[in-house]
Amino acid sequence: MKRTSLLAGVALALGLATGAMADTTKVGFVYVGPVGDGGWTYEHDQGRKAVVEEFGDKVETVYVENVAEGPDAERVITQMALQGADLIFTTSFGYMDQTVNVAKKFPKVKFEHATGYKTADNVSVYSARFYEGRAVQGHIAGKMTKSNIVGYIASFPIPEVIRGINSAYIHAKKVNPDVQFKIIWAYTWFDPAKEADAAKALIEQGADVVLQHTDSTAPQAAAKAAGNVITFGQASDMSEYAPFPRVSSIIDDWAPYYIARTKAVMDGTWTSTNTWDGIGAGMVGIGEISDAVPADVKAEALALKDAIASGEYSPFTGPLKKQDGSDWLGDGETADDGTLAGMNFYVEGLEGDIPQ
Amino acid sequence: MDLSAINPILLIASLMVAATPLLLAAVGELVVEKAGVLNLGVEGMMIVGAISGFSIAVETGSPWLGFLASAVGGAVLSLLFVILTQVALANQVASGLALTLFGLGISSLMGQSYVGVKPPATPDLYIPILSDIPVIGPIVFSHDLILYLGIMIVAAVWATLKYTRVGLILRAVGENHDAAHALGYKVVRIRIMAIMFGGACAGLGGAYISLIRVPQWTEGMTAGIGWIALALVVFASWKPWRVLLGAYLFGGITVLQLNLQAAGVAIPVEYLAMSPYIITILVLVILSADKSSAPASLGRIFHASH
Repeated sequence: MKRTSLLAGVALALGLATGAMADTTKVGFVYVGPVGDGGWTYEHDQGRKAVVEEFGDKVETVYVENVAEGPDAERVITQMALQGADLIFTTSFGYMDQTVNVAKKFPKVKFEHATGYKTADNVSVYSARFYEGRAVQGHIAGKMTKSNIVGYIASFPIPEVIRGINSAYIHAKKVNPDVQFKIIWAYTWFDPAKEADAAKALIEQGADVVLQHTDSTAPQAAAKAAGNVITFGQASDMSEYAPFPRVSSIIDDWAPYYIARTKAVMDGTWTSTNTWDGIGAGMVGIGEISDAVPADVKAEALALKDAIASGEYSPFTGPLKKQDGSDWLGDGETADDGTLAGMNFYVEGLEGDIPQ
Repeated sequence: MDLSAINPILLIASLMVAATPLLLAAVGELVVEKAGVLNLGVEGMMIVGAISGFSIAVETGSPWLGFLASAVGGAVLSLLFVILTQVALANQVASGLALTLFGLGISSLMGQSYVGVKPPATPDLYIPILSDIPVIGPIVFSHDLILYLGIMIVAAVWATLKYTRVGLILRAVGENHDAAHALGYKVVRIRIMAIMFGGACAGLGGAYISLIRVPQWTEGMTAGIGWIALALVVFASWKPWRVLLGAYLFGGITVLQLNLQAAGVAIPVEYLAMSPYIITILVLVILSADKSSAPASLGRIFHASH
């Protein structure tokens, strides 16, 4: 008897609670790694926290970590929509089709998919021009390498990653014509042990600069153990490895975007958009360039950053050729967003094939 | 393509390092399964071992105390599995899955203040003369002690299962727990000890990742190695030396394929990326053509009244 009344009390309390929260906006986040990865997912979660801080009681956020890319993501996104989320951010490329599928079933829920290209009436896409940051990294890498071998831990062969490789290579080559890139496709966004192995393999083969497009800090630790290898923070500042081996970083800052989009849902002004911002808009930040970098190189890198931020220079400015030697961009010509968004080729000088 | 960029000596040395976490976890699970218990919580016990070992190593400054703590941590977590399956007689598959989920969660809680911390270095063994022999020295005589411990555990498990009374009893419990019970053996007690041994080994394997192979703490850093260990035990037909072979093959090809990629070998990357799985499975399946089968009581619940 007592238990029944207790249950009834709980049910009533829950009912009251949901009633009281009816005018809050519920925002869901789907993460590909753990929030403590120190990289990609960590920064998305910082964005989520910024939303909470901005709106306080008016917003309720939920998130699910470690959601595998592929079919399982559909289940998680559906679950979030069923739980009454008004706005859902799916924060990895591999959730693209799943996001679109779920969005069809929940026309009133707004969806935001990171780094993809498929939109719908209730699906926006957003991404950052990480390749702008890669240009700065490439410049520093080209200047700093002594062995002229730069290692690159790539994740999956998607346009975003290929853009990064090309941009870094172009700018390393510009300051160091002898530079060579060794690229390893790890086929994972997050696997510290494998990332460490990849970094070690690159270092054993002579790389003294390691760039990464995977999310954990494991390559930083491998570089630190090797002693004479420099790295760059990826997605997050990774400042715990500064000033050496980490000499700079690309920092994703999602907070302003997440706050603006949440506000739009609250105000009822949300529309499907395609956002692609870079250093200029503040979505891509360049982490502090440490003292391990000579002052003149640092000054050049900062000048390059400023030129990109102001829009006077694009990292993909001709003359540029594709890997097969065919012409891509003429002298002074810059790449259009369509080509960049679907980039599936290396620029001239890079070795190896992109996995298809 | 520039194969000369690959240094075979460094390659073999680093494949042994890459294989060790898998080896430790798999040989522990082998003993558990030989006792007739299927513990799917290897991943959870590994990650708890990884953070237990990491935190103790950081706090005390001693990697050895860290490894000790990791074994204790893994074994303590496995006690939860013991309570569920051996005392409460819950389903082993469900309990094991729960153990993994719980382990991942509690490890990230325990690890909150250890993100970005550098652990004390684990010294590599250095034996005068032996370590200086060209080729053999760097491959055989200059690793950390835990790597050798892993190989010794495999040898000890093999010898114990094959030649000792303890091993015979353990196998009897795994093959037919009712008969073993009728003979007067304490089935539950033996299984509890086997499960704790498995937990300790998995914990050591996890700490090997967080203290030596990576070395740092990151949430979820075992990234599925526990599951590969589970599969490895099956493909190795519950035989210790085959677990060693499988772990070295898997670790070796993983490292080799990364090296081949870096050297720019003209094999499509997709094939290289799947090669560790395919080759390990192929070799072990071919080896297991001798009709060795799973312990007959594997995964079945035992209660003395049955």
